[in-house]
Amino acid sequence: MKSDTAITLSNVRLALGSARFSFDGTLPGGQITAVVGPSGSGKSTLLNLVAGFEKPDAGRILIGAEDVTAWHPSQRPVSLVFQDNNLFAHLDLASNVGLGISPSLRLSASEKVAVDEALQRVGLEGFGKRLPATLSGGERQRAAFARALVRRKPVLLLDEPFAALDPELRVAMRALLKELHAETGNTVLIVTHDPDEVQRTADHVLTLRHGEIVATGAVDWS
Amino acid sequence: MELTVGERRWSIFGGVTALAVIAGFCAAALAALLLFDGAAAGSIFDAYTLKVLRFTLWQALLSTLFSVLLGAPVALALARRPVFPGRVWVLRLLAVPMGLPVLIGALGLLGIWGRQGIANDFLAGLGLSQPVSVYGLFGILLAHVFFNMPLAARLLLIGLERIPSEYWRVSASLGMSSFSVFRFVERPVILGLLPGVAGLIFMLCATSFTLVLVLGGGPSATTLEVAIFQALRFDFDPPRAVALCLMQLLMAGALLAVMARFPAPADHGVTHGGTVRRFDGWHVSSRLYDGGVIVLAVLFTALPLMAVAVAGLAAHPWTLVAGAAFRRAAITSFSIAVFAATLALMLAVAMIRARQVVGLWPVFSSALGGAGSLVLVVSPLILGTGWFLILRPFGDVARFAPFLVVVINALMALPFVLRVLEPAFAVHAARSGRLAASLGIMGFNRLRLVDLPVLWRPLATGFSFAMALSLGDLGAVALFGSDDLVTLPYLIYSRMGSYRTTEADGFALILGLVCLALTVIGTLNAREVSHEK
Repeated sequence: MKSDTAITLSNVRLALGSARFSFDGTLPGGQITAVVGPSGSGKSTLLNLVAGFEKPDAGRILIGAEDVTAWHPSQRPVSLVFQDNNLFAHLDLASNVGLGISPSLRLSASEKVAVDEALQRVGLEGFGKRLPATLSGGERQRAAFARALVRRKPVLLLDEPFAALDPELRVAMRALLKELHAETGNTVLIVTHDPDEVQRTADHVLTLRHGEIVATGAVDWS
Repeated sequence: MELTVGERRWSIFGGVTALAVIAGFCAAALAALLLFDGAAAGSIFDAYTLKVLRFTLWQALLSTLFSVLLGAPVALALARRPVFPGRVWVLRLLAVPMGLPVLIGALGLLGIWGRQGIANDFLAGLGLSQPVSVYGLFGILLAHVFFNMPLAARLLLIGLERIPSEYWRVSASLGMSSFSVFRFVERPVILGLLPGVAGLIFMLCATSFTLVLVLGGGPSATTLEVAIFQALRFDFDPPRAVALCLMQLLMAGALLAVMARFPAPADHGVTHGGTVRRFDGWHVSSRLYDGGVIVLAVLFTALPLMAVAVAGLAAHPWTLVAGAAFRRAAITSFSIAVFAATLALMLAVAMIRARQVVGLWPVFSSALGGAGSLVLVVSPLILGTGWFLILRPFGDVARFAPFLVVVINALMALPFVLRVLEPAFAVHAARSGRLAASLGIMGFNRLRLVDLPVLWRPLATGFSFAMALSLGDLGAVALFGSDDLVTLPYLIYSRMGSYRTTEADGFALILGLVCLALTVIGTLNAREVSHEK
């Protein structure tokens, strides 16, 4: 277990409208943790807190030893993949991935090579000039993974990344996620509704209910 | 829709009648113009007509350019600040020029930018000896930007608020600068909307009448619409008026043909601020920039409105209301507006019901659809000129003027009324058509129990929009106005011309409030309707 990229939520409290959230716990570094729970239990809110899209009313959020509570999303060592709309629709794949290296899209020759390699790694070799609309849903999610790859951030947050895909594609995408995780050793947080996904992908599971963490533990690999 | 044979027959009969009224009225006017003897056809392309055409297109181009160039930053700033106190009021303010009679907007602009306005006082304070003249091209551009910059801002804002929320998260997480966000996220959206928005504004500015009439500066700064009016009213030169009408028809037809190739901008209110979350623009500099842009846009829009209110209150409107001139004009205006709105509603309902029945007969259906937007090409002044020529042999045209104004106003309102009613009728038919038919509810009972309880809201909305449009219109009445036919806008216009501007200010405030109230009623109603869906 790599403790330097563990995520710690220390007495984090947040009120959004009438919903109250209160998170306290540590998510192990270098592992894949599945975040599960019924709708409205705070799964996406937990991700938003780690990514910096929500600021806690009280408490601290640590990534490794660093207190990131006050940091802007761009400063946090985090990459994101959502269920949909991960790619800017009017930019080709190479540009979408390249934005992960330079947010103004000024890329050196070696960085362009890195983009091509990342596309190749996720099985999209030669797709650099294609627009997102010309790809399937699974291919778009692969491109989003390619961008996460070039960003080289120690934490990867996934908000139901495979929910829009059909079952066969899901299996392939899970395999890709596990491979990439094995190569980079990053800390992965994946929000999911799919028990199968928890069983087959996660090392660790975090259960939420009514805005609180009610259970944590290792996944039984039986 | 499931109707009995009798109901079907009535629906088709109604649709045919509506179509005949609209097409007949327009066709008669066009025929009168085309068949007019004299050298009219020959002078379509003479030097004067071409000069007026050139100015019409030139001012429309500049007006569109400034409206969009100034509206886009306002939309970007408002989109980047989805939550701030008073935001909904800024959006409402930006919607006011759309519901305001143009004549009143022109009065407000004169109050701010005219010779005695605060803009010139300010410039004089800076040491400028000559006041800036608001008449001529500058005034026309100013007025068109006053009315269309908010429109551009609102339409672009709707597009920007539709950007998927993930985009803002991704761009924040990637650490994009404001410029990168503009380049990769906002600019593509704006560029996509631009043809539709700019085309709409260009069309509005190229066919604008009242603003150019009030703020134009003589023969060098006149548009085709105003030139038609001047040829008929001042020079009494029907051949020239006919030539200008034909040119206007050519221009509007060509513009519409070009516009049809772009997607029409959608305007479904922008009130859901707060659902969008933005993570960029948190630097002090961009906060100051957005705040500055929004404050300037608010001042630019609100100051002329405040000028109308201040000048109007100073004119003691409550004493003016008691005056005989006002009472007569008010009664005339309201009668015309009620008749025009009723006619517009009747035509619209007849057309919609016929369309629901004849869904399988596309030629008739698209004829009904096309008739609704006919008035976009055939402007009020063209219709007025045509009918002027038709009725001239029968004696004083002024006798027929009220009927003509009612029909022209109804046709002007028709596209708006159709846009309100058509979706509401479609939803209602889909929801209750089969149920009512299976229960055997038909005829008057159907109207009383099934249709009116649901459809009165959209009908009321259409009615109040049509009334506001007719109450504020100067175009149709300008041609025929006389001592026997004085509407409120015509009264204001003639008071401005005879230098009794105080009275004009007072009347303007009253008319503005009435039109605004009608628009607000219509909008609130429309919102209820969309909530019910």
